[in-house]
Amino acid sequence: MAAAASSALHAVGAVASAKPRSAAPAVARRRSVRVAAAAKGGPGSSGRGRMVARSAVAAKADEAAAAAGSKSGGHELLLFEALREALIEEMNLDPTVCVIGEDVGHYGGSYKVTKGLAEMFGDLRVLDTPIAENSFTGMGVGAAMKGLRPVVEGMNMGFLLLAYNQISNNCGMLHYTSGGQFKIPIVIRGPGGVGRQLGAEHSQRLESYFQSIPGLQMVACSTPYNAKGLMKAAIRSENPVVLFEHVLLYNLKEKIPDEEYICCLEEAEMVRPGEHVTILTYSRMRYHVMQAAKTLVNKGYDPEVIDIRSLKPFDLHTIGNSIKKTHRVLIVEECMRTGGIGASLRSAIIDNFWDYLDAPIMCLSSQDVPTPYASTLEDATVVQPAQIVAAVEQICQ
Amino acid sequence: MAAAALLRRIPAARAPATAFMAARPISDSTAALTIKTSVPFTSHLVDPPSRDVTTTPAELVTFFRDMSLMRRMEIAADSLYKAKLIRGFCHLYDGQEAVAVGMEAAITRSDSIITAYRDHCTYLARGGDLVSAFSELMGREAGCSRGKGGSMHFYKKDANFYGGHGIVGAQVPLGCGLAFAQKYKKEDTATFALYGDGAANQGQLFEALNISALWKLPAILVCENNHYGMGTAEWRAAKSPDYYKRGDYVPGLKVDGMDVLAVKQACKFAKDHAVANGPIVLEMDTYRYHGHSMSDPGSTYRTRDEISGVRQERDPIERVRKLLFTHDLATAAELKDMEKEIRKQVDDAIAKAKESSMPDTSELFTNVYKKGFGVESFGPDRKELRASLP
Repeated sequence: MAAAASSALHAVGAVASAKPRSAAPAVARRRSVRVAAAAKGGPGSSGRGRMVARSAVAAKADEAAAAAGSKSGGHELLLFEALREALIEEMNLDPTVCVIGEDVGHYGGSYKVTKGLAEMFGDLRVLDTPIAENSFTGMGVGAAMKGLRPVVEGMNMGFLLLAYNQISNNCGMLHYTSGGQFKIPIVIRGPGGVGRQLGAEHSQRLESYFQSIPGLQMVACSTPYNAKGLMKAAIRSENPVVLFEHVLLYNLKEKIPDEEYICCLEEAEMVRPGEHVTILTYSRMRYHVMQAAKTLVNKGYDPEVIDIRSLKPFDLHTIGNSIKKTHRVLIVEECMRTGGIGASLRSAIIDNFWDYLDAPIMCLSSQDVPTPYASTLEDATVVQPAQIVAAVEQICQ
Repeated sequence: MAAAALLRRIPAARAPATAFMAARPISDSTAALTIKTSVPFTSHLVDPPSRDVTTTPAELVTFFRDMSLMRRMEIAADSLYKAKLIRGFCHLYDGQEAVAVGMEAAITRSDSIITAYRDHCTYLARGGDLVSAFSELMGREAGCSRGKGGSMHFYKKDANFYGGHGIVGAQVPLGCGLAFAQKYKKEDTATFALYGDGAANQGQLFEALNISALWKLPAILVCENNHYGMGTAEWRAAKSPDYYKRGDYVPGLKVDGMDVLAVKQACKFAKDHAVANGPIVLEMDTYRYHGHSMSDPGSTYRTRDEISGVRQERDPIERVRKLLFTHDLATAAELKDMEKEIRKQVDDAIAKAKESSMPDTSELFTNVYKKGFGVESFGPDRKELRASLP
């Protein structure tokens, strides 16, 4: 099983690093390799048979392709419903999965991600906590040490700063400091990012704070398809995973396959293949980039848009292959400029792909300010499509 | 009777041990023996257990041996630290041995224990061996955490010993999480989450206690009150030094932590309570002879008279030694032999640990993620070993 998965990975590598040509066939080929591998596992298979399903399809060139690839018609839902579907499926599959957070149970979740779960699974598996992030995150880590797989929700990601010690020292490091004795298969999730005038303290982007913690994995979802896939993969992972959702993306609608699927945690997603410039983005900024892409296409540019999804570690394979093709990079992120994901990504690209660059790497980030309340100021804090267009024009001169 | 008394007064060095000891070997009887605890229990919101503790001669001898081994280990660690073989932080437990030993006698290996950084003796009590303990202290590969944890990160998963934590108080929510998992899995076991009088002022304790009480978790919060949070005496740090009452709505019990039998009784009582009714707080009134850690002389905030006073009047090992004499279960010479044997055991373990090699440099990147993932497996070409060492 493991051999099949790794040979599938190498096959992808061989395909993707071939001479530049239209990326669509490469994507389709990649998908067919993976679906074959995933089919061996199949839904409902238990235990280690699920291993193969881990390397299931991630990339899709456009929305229609995903539904077309599925056997039945697929079903349409909103992103928060996709997260919920993932939780329900995993909780049904594995009795050690439990949900811990504020108002996740009887209230149904502040963003309705856990709506109905308490009725389905009971109070011992869907646990309403008091407002005590530090301790209930710590309790999640302790429960994980003893064999459970908790999904800890921060009502807003920013509240998890109160649990920073538990996330950093215990969650991230216990596998190492115990010499490998304990694993912490915990998922820490919650909405973050700049919303609609929520104010400075409720508009935090914690991915920049958590990225240095050794032992943590970080992913950011951006579509209902990858939200469900990443949530399932995060729950199944033996490592602690932080899943970053975004307050403004919960009501995105998409058709997703009926059959079971998983997204690879460490993989980036090819959103729009192109030739002129590689635009790396994640979470909400993906939509600003795609909006800018429309304008850019009208102006005659052909941007390649990659949703990096995996914030730690970076999928340097996909990113590298893109840079080798386009030789120009623009990073668009919602983190602040200082110490953000873009800063780390820039370093990683320079370290690994310097020879392939024809222009300096540009990075568009949010301003280094607390997010203001006034709508005009808030809009100026984050990157807007017009700025993305201007940046591409500058890079492609 | 008189002859026996005479025999005991002959120093072991001058008389061959065997000739006289043939008369009565050190007791390994398992006949029940009831001993009263030195002081009564003080309780909060619950009826305290009886002062009469049931034990056996064999158990008392084991107590003596285990505590002496722990004492010797900690003293040896002191020397190793001064010889610069142990570096960084080293927090020694000598004086507090009764808590570790008494707790272990009351519970099983299916119950869980989690503690802070003063964890060497708890590791031994949970079945850890001397060689892996010393190896870990010296940062060797044979250490219980492969040399990557150090003094503050001893763990033993197969004995349900969850460490070993450096950040004060952070282990208590972890402990309540362990208790949650025990309840979730319907295990009928309990978790003992140990912390000190300094950590008792951490907010996360009260958060975790609130949640544990709400969800009726089998969590026992044990405050090892050695009266000093590093250099700050308890009366300077806590408005209310009645740590057993700090649970407010959670019952509590104050125990003489230097009396191993009282500790055993209290822990048994606490486990039965926790499994049936939810959390309970234990306060162990104990004392550490060393300073907070090896960098702290331990005498700037307390007098040497105080330290020697406790050592004379309340030392846990001496207490058991007296019990063994009073109940005629062992002679002074036998116990001295045992101590010699223990000393040798510890010296042998140190020698063996010194021979163990330092971890290989590749160990730097193992166990960061499960399955050796992360720096080792992914890179731009999806090949292994993308990490470059400085």
